Amino acid sequence: MRLNLTVNGRPREADDVWEGESLLYVLRERLGLPGSKNACEQGECGSCTVRLDGVPVCSCLVAAGQAEGREVVTVEGLADLARRRSGGGSPGEAELAPVQQAFIDAGAVQCGFCTPGLLVAADEMLERDPDPSDADIREALSGNLCRCTGYEKIMDAVRLAAARGSEGV
Amino acid sequence: MPDMPANGVPTTLTQGLRTRGGIGESTLRPDGTLKVTGEFAYSSDMWHEDMLWGHILRSTVAHAEIVSIDTGEALATAGVYAVMTYDDLPTDVKNYGLEIQDTPVLAHGKVRHHGEPVAVVAADHPETARRAAARIRVEYRELPVITDELSALAPDAVLVHENRDDHHIGHVPHPNIVHRQPIVRGDVAAARERADVIVEGEYTFGMQDQAFLGPESGLAVPEEDGGVHLYIATQWLHSDLRQIAPVLGLPEDKVRMTLAGVGGAFGGREDLSMQIHACLLALRTGKPVKIVYDRFESFFGHVHRHPAKLFYEHGATADGRLTHVRCRIVLDGGAYASASPAVVGNASSLGVGPYAVDDVDIEAIALYTNNPPCGAMRGFGAVQACFAYEAQMDRLAARLGMDPVELRQVNAMEQGTLMPTGQPVDSPAPVAELLRRVKAMPMPPERQWESSEGADVRQLPGGLSNTTHGEGVVRGVGYAVGIKNVGFSEGFDDYSTARVRMEVAGGEPVVTVHTAMAEVGQGGVTVHAQIARTELGVGRVTIHPADTRVGSAGSTSASRQTYVTGGAVRNACELVRERVLELGRRRFGSYHPAWATAELLLEGGKVVTDGGEVLADLVDVLGDEAVEVEAEWRHRPTEPFDPRTGQGNGHVQYSFAAHRAVVEVDTELGLVKVIELACAQDVGKALNPLSVIGQIQGGSTQGLGVAVMEEIVVDPRTAKVRNPSFTDYLIPTILDTPTMPVDLLELADTHAPYGLRGVGEAPTLSSTPAVLSAIRDATGLPLTKTPIRPEHLTTGAP
Repeated sequence: MRLNLTVNGRPREADDVWEGESLLYVLRERLGLPGSKNACEQGECGSCTVRLDGVPVCSCLVAAGQAEGREVVTVEGLADLARRRSGGGSPGEAELAPVQQAFIDAGAVQCGFCTPGLLVAADEMLERDPDPSDADIREALSGNLCRCTGYEKIMDAVRLAAARGSEGV
Repeated sequence: MPDMPANGVPTTLTQGLRTRGGIGESTLRPDGTLKVTGEFAYSSDMWHEDMLWGHILRSTVAHAEIVSIDTGEALATAGVYAVMTYDDLPTDVKNYGLEIQDTPVLAHGKVRHHGEPVAVVAADHPETARRAAARIRVEYRELPVITDELSALAPDAVLVHENRDDHHIGHVPHPNIVHRQPIVRGDVAAARERADVIVEGEYTFGMQDQAFLGPESGLAVPEEDGGVHLYIATQWLHSDLRQIAPVLGLPEDKVRMTLAGVGGAFGGREDLSMQIHACLLALRTGKPVKIVYDRFESFFGHVHRHPAKLFYEHGATADGRLTHVRCRIVLDGGAYASASPAVVGNASSLGVGPYAVDDVDIEAIALYTNNPPCGAMRGFGAVQACFAYEAQMDRLAARLGMDPVELRQVNAMEQGTLMPTGQPVDSPAPVAELLRRVKAMPMPPERQWESSEGADVRQLPGGLSNTTHGEGVVRGVGYAVGIKNVGFSEGFDDYSTARVRMEVAGGEPVVTVHTAMAEVGQGGVTVHAQIARTELGVGRVTIHPADTRVGSAGSTSASRQTYVTGGAVRNACELVRERVLELGRRRFGSYHPAWATAELLLEGGKVVTDGGEVLADLVDVLGDEAVEVEAEWRHRPTEPFDPRTGQGNGHVQYSFAAHRAVVEVDTELGLVKVIELACAQDVGKALNPLSVIGQIQGGSTQGLGVAVMEEIVVDPRTAKVRNPSFTDYLIPTILDTPTMPVDLLELADTHAPYGLRGVGEAPTLSSTPAVLSAIRDATGLPLTKTPIRPEHLTTGAP
C-alpha cells in the first residue's frame, strides 16, 4: 500500500508498504529516520516513542496504516518542534531542543539507545507541565526503560531542562 | 602569544596555558549530540542499497536429536534468496567459542538448549524471512534434559557434550562439569575448632539477563575481493574476528570489522550472536545482509548471568573475628561453555569477599546443562558470591549480637592482606572506610509519601496500583560490601593497542586517537580524548571510529577498558610526545638551551618547560609532518591458579564498593519499594567524575533489579525459557529506582595509569545483598533466594 503522512512537519510518502508493517518500521527502514529505536518491538520499553497528532505512542505498536494522513514527530524533529513552540527561527536550522541539551549536559546519555524515546516523552511532559515534581517526572517517564544510567542522571536532565525553561534560557 | 619572527622561534617567553578537557574533568561525551538527535548509527540502523534481511530458525526444544531438516518450502518462498543449515557451512570449522570452541554455528544432529540456531534464511523483507523460516520442517527426537547438579552428575546422566577434548576435561570430576576450581589455604579443620559460633547457609541466585536495549544486529557487506565487511555491535572486535574468519574460510584480513553503534552490552556481547550468520548469508547471496533480533529472540540470542546454588559455612570467635570460611558454589553454565571457566575462577577466588581470613576451603564448579547458555555479565562470578557471603555476614552478626557493619569492619581486608589465593592485595583496600562512609550518609526522611493532601501512592510500595496508604509498610536498612577483580586474570595476555597521530590541521595542532575499543556506552571515547589532551596538550582531539585496521584493544568488560586501553592511549601519547620533542629539538634546539636540559611538556598547544616557559608552538614544531605511533600496552602479568590449591597471583587489581539500601516493604502484600541506594566506592582516580558516577548508579540499579524482580524463568521439566519478553522479564523502571547518592574515594593504585581503579562492576556486586539485607531487616525473614518475589515475603518461603 501507499502511505501518506506528515513527519516532523514535512509531507512524506512511502510505497509498497506491507500492511503488517509498524509505523516504527516505516520510519526506520522506509523514510530514513532511524532515530526512533527498536529495543523491544512489543510496546514495553518506550525506545520507539514518537508523537502521533501530539500524543506520545510506542510507534512499534502503531500499524503503519493507522498513521495515514496524520502528523508524526520523532526525535529527529524535536529541535524544530521546540523552536516552533518558542515561536522562533525557521525549521531546518540545526540546533538542539532544550531537553536534548540538558540530557548531554547532565550526563544522561550512556549507550543512548533509550535516549530518543525518553527525549520525546520528557519533551511532551515538560510541554504539559513545565515545573514537574520528581514524582511527576518518574510517573511520566515510567514507560521508558533505560539499562545504563539507573535513571539518576535522567532525573537530573529533566530537572535541568525544567529549570532552564523557567529561567527562559 | 610570544613575538614570533619569520623562523617561527619565539623570542620572548611566557607562561603556557593549561589544556582544558583533560583527565579529572567531567567533559561531555563526544557522541552526545549524535545520540540526542537520533543520528548516531547503531548496528540496527545500518542500511544498504539492495540489502537482504536475515532470520534465524531456532530450536523449539531444549535437548533433542535432529532427525531431519526440510528446507524445500522455505526455499520456494517468493523473496527468499538463501536458506542455510549445517550442511551448507563452507569449511571444516563449524564451531566457535570464547575459550572452548564448543558452540555450533548451526546445529549439527543435535540441539542442546531451547532457542539454539538451526537454520538461517535471507529474504528481501524481514517478514518474508520470518515466514520462510517458519516453513522449515525440523523433526526432533527429544532427549532427557539435564537441568541441575543432580541430573548432570547422576550415574546415568546423558552427557551434554560427548567427546570433550578441551583443556579442562583433565581436571573435572565429570564431563558435565565445564571447570572446577578449588581454593584451599590454611587449616580449616583446626580453625573450626577455634570458632565460638558457626553459621551455615544455602543460597540461590536466579538467572539474570543483561537486557541491553540495542538488540543484537549488524550488516554484512560482501566485498569485491571475496571478503566481507561486517558492521557490528560487539564488546571486542578482534575476538569476534578470530572466531568468525575460520568458519567463513577467509583469512582475517578479508573479514573487515567496523564497530557500529552499540546499545549497551553488560557482558552479553562478549559471545558471538548473529555475526557469522550474517556473513555466511552475505557471502552466499552476494548481497548485503542485515540481521536484527527482536526482544524475544534477544533473550535466546545471548548468554545470561549464571544462576547459582551457594553453600556457605562461616565461623567466628566471640569478638567477631572470622576463623574460617567454607563454601561450595555451583554455577549453571547451560549448554555451552562461553565464559564459564573465568566465572568459576572469579567465584572461587573472590568467594569469601573483601575480608581477611586465613583458613578457607572453597570450591566452585560450572555445570554443562540443557538450560540456556550462561556466560559474561557485569561482575560475573563475584556477583553471585557476594550475594551469599554478605547474607552470611548478616547472619553471623545476628548470631553474635553484633552490629553488621561493625562485624564487616572488624574483618575488613586492607592493603597487605592475603587473598584466599595467597595473592597479597598490594594497593589500597579501604573496605572499612567505604562502610564507614556509606553508613555516615544522611538517612532519607521517614514516611516521605505523606503530604497535606494525603498519601502520594507513587512513593509507596505498589505505587499507582494504590495498594496501601502506608498501612503495613515497614522500613528496613541493609549494608553490603564487595570485591571484584579488574582486567582479565589467570595469566591471560590482556593487552591493548592504541594509535595516536598528531598533525596540524586548519592552523592548529590536532590529535587523532584510533583504537579498536568497543564503546558500548561506558564513555571510553570521552576518556581517550581526555587522556590525549592531558598528555599532548592539544585541545582538538578526534576519536577515530573503532575497527580492525588497528590492533586489538581487548574486551570492553572486566572493568578493564579505562585501565588497559586508556593505558595504551597514554602510552602511545607518550611515544608521540617523545617524537614531537625530538622534532622540536632538531628544528629549534639551537635557539634555547632548555631544549637540551629541561623536562619538556606539551601544554596549551605549545612545548613548555616544567617551569612553564614556552619554547615553541606545536604548529611550528610539526610543520607539514604528522607524527603517528601505534603501540601495544600491557598491565603487569598475572598467573594461573593452581588447579588443586587455587594458589597464585591471578588478578591484576581489585575494586571495592559498599552499599546501604533503605527499603519500605508492604508486609501484607509482599511489595517492596527501594527508597534509597547509597554507594561509596574507591575509584583510585576519577578520570571523568560524571561518567564514573553514571557507571556506579547504572551498576547499582542492575544489582537492584536482580534483588527484587529480574529472573529468566526456565521450566525445570523441559528446560524451556518461559518469559522471553520485557512483559514477563522485568527490569527496573524509573519508578522502581531510588535516589542513589554516591561517595567517591580516590586512593591511587600506583600500578595503574593515573592510579585509576576499574569502576564498572563493583557497584553491581554489593547492591543486591544490601537490598536483600534491608528487606530482611524489614521483615525478619531469612530470604535466601534472589530475586525476591511477593510470595516469599507473605509466606516466608524460601
